[in-house]
Amino acid sequence: MNLRRFFLIAVPYLWLGALFLVPFVIVLKIALSDIALSIPPYTPQLDLSAGWEGVRSFFADLDFENFTFLTTDDLYWKAYLSSLQIALISTFVTLLVGYPMAYGMARAASEWRPTLLMLVILPFWTSFLIRIYAWMGILSNEGLLNQFLLWTGLISEPLTILNTNLAVYIGIVYAYLPFMILPIYAALEKMDDSLLEAAEDLGCSRVTAFWLVTIPLSKSGIIAGCFLVFIPAIGEFVIPSLLGGSGTLMIGKVLWEEFFSNRDWPVASAVAIILLLILIIPIILFQRNEQKQREAEG
Amino acid sequence: MSQTIFAPWDDPNEKPLIQFKGVTKRFGDFTAIDNLNIDIFEREFFALLGPSGCGKTTLMRMLAGFENPTSGSILLAGQDIVPVPPNKRAVNMMFQSYALFPHLSVWDNIAFGLRRGNASKDEIADRVEEMLRLTRLSKFAKRKPHQISGGQRQRVALARSLAKAPKLLLLDEPLGALDAKLRQDTQFELMDIQEKTGTTFVIVTHDQEEAMTVASRVAVMDEGRLIQVATPSVIYEAPETVYVADFIGDVNIIEGTASQSGDKVEITWAEGEMPIRGTTAKTFAPGQTCHFAIRPEKVTITTERPDSANMLQGRVIDIAYLGNLSTYHVKLPNGTMMKAQTANTRRLANRGITWEDDVWLSFTDTAGVLLER
Ligand SMILES: Nc1ncnc2c1ncn2[C@@H]1O[C@H](COP(=O)(O)OP(=O)(O)OP(=O)(O)O)[C@@H](O)[C@H]1O
Ligand SMILES: [Mg+2]
Repeated sequence: MNLRRFFLIAVPYLWLGALFLVPFVIVLKIALSDIALSIPPYTPQLDLSAGWEGVRSFFADLDFENFTFLTTDDLYWKAYLSSLQIALISTFVTLLVGYPMAYGMARAASEWRPTLLMLVILPFWTSFLIRIYAWMGILSNEGLLNQFLLWTGLISEPLTILNTNLAVYIGIVYAYLPFMILPIYAALEKMDDSLLEAAEDLGCSRVTAFWLVTIPLSKSGIIAGCFLVFIPAIGEFVIPSLLGGSGTLMIGKVLWEEFFSNRDWPVASAVAIILLLILIIPIILFQRNEQKQREAEG
Repeated sequence: MSQTIFAPWDDPNEKPLIQFKGVTKRFGDFTAIDNLNIDIFEREFFALLGPSGCGKTTLMRMLAGFENPTSGSILLAGQDIVPVPPNKRAVNMMFQSYALFPHLSVWDNIAFGLRRGNASKDEIADRVEEMLRLTRLSKFAKRKPHQISGGQRQRVALARSLAKAPKLLLLDEPLGALDAKLRQDTQFELMDIQEKTGTTFVIVTHDQEEAMTVASRVAVMDEGRLIQVATPSVIYEAPETVYVADFIGDVNIIEGTASQSGDKVEITWAEGEMPIRGTTAKTFAPGQTCHFAIRPEKVTITTERPDSANMLQGRVIDIAYLGNLSTYHVKLPNGTMMKAQTANTRRLANRGITWEDDVWLSFTDTAGVLLER
């Protein structure tokens, strides 16, 4: 009987171990290694045939050189900071765009809601990559947006949007909007309309009732949405490399270049480890929020 | 020693606080309120009574401003309030679903309305504490609504609507979730508040005893219409229709044909039974169908043949023991069931009547009322 319980508990832990811990340990190990002209391109390799001596020399060769290296070149911390900034700003913009949409959906007649929900999820049916390519077509100098603006006569010269940070913001907001809308919608949909009536009855105008009742009651949705956008946005690679320009500095791009252009796996792994450490803080905060929410409902 | 009786509805000079004038409310093609006229006076404790779905909540929501009448007008102190939004009305409502703010503590829920005005922090705190004491919630002030019981939630909703001391307070089934003792205490508390503050109350209740206890007048509704509006004692003693008589309290209804002489009426109602003798101020055409309604407590039950204007013989089928009272269900020879109620002044063992006993039911010729429909 204890065996059964043991297995039941073991399954999720095995899952976590296989899919999270093992890859993490491998990446950490690479981060502590040195670059080498070999396959795989780093050293030392664990040589078990040499027995105990081999293990000892393996551990002796691991060091924190790559992490020290990251601090010597200001490219890295600038890339981290810039990613942080881009992720923060685009999360905020996504919230500004997503909240009214979620609100509109939650207030729509109930027979319309499934359709609206479908429309929000619909973009997922096409590949992420293709959708970002489509934005290149929209934002380029000869793109749809510029053609339209020239046609209306609002501008006489095409605007340069593609290959700037603006294009990156547009891309991130577009790509992650559903992750913002869905949790906020879920929170708003649960809300009892009579609460707004009660607020009005007690002397609130519609606007104050929104601030004092609707916003606080959708807080958990707002927080969840912000994390769901912020966490992937900070490590985003595809959007800055396709839509951003040479001036767009994001850690995902740096990581990719270290891996594939420089073939410096150890430094790339060190960059990834630091990124993970940075992300752990918001992930823990996110978990806290979820737990608090569950307690409040339970 | 003379005491003025509170009866502004009888005084033609008195101006009503609330007037419904030909108010109709439709949801799609469903008529929830049907051409309704009521006058409610200041300082009244007005109770709405009626079966589920008859439009009580709809009526309240129109007063609070959440629904607009499809036609007709609603006047508050002589002024049409239909265009006034809910937050500008001196009306507070206690919601049937309580509608407590889940993200705020009990304290903040009660303070919510006060904070919208321009009261100082201290005034708000004093008022909230007073409300907490009144509703006996002081211990729970810091809890969130999901951390208290259903009855406590109901009291928070009550406290919140009372806090602003509105001119008109709408209570939609305010005491349904409370136990009998607390309900009674709260009823008296409400009456006390009403007396002290002079607030006008409109209260919805399913509990007719509650309506009887607290109300200055009771309105009985059915399918969006008012059936009768009167003081509790008139509603009970002199209902105008069988519907009202049946809705409020227990009643025996006997249908028959009337033959009237002066204010005395004889009702022929069954083969081989004596006609029932009653008294009325109404006039019935000879042979007109009429209903005789009599409350069980006005029917005397005896084992010996009594001497009374009306006497019926029957057999005890069932006895419902209610503690202070017992209700006897008596079957008459033609199958009609009659209820008779007596006070249990003696111990159980000393009572003479039991199951299957042949008994006499009797009542005076003024004990019942005659109704046309
Ligand atoms: N928004 C609405 N849309 C359609 N019909 C409604 C709406 N609100 C109420 N009704 C209908 O109007 C009628 C009266 O409803 P109301 O809520 O006033 O009943 P009530 O007397 O308060 O009943 P209860 O005692 O069960 O609370 C009901 O038949 C209800 O279905
Ligand atoms: Mg109701």
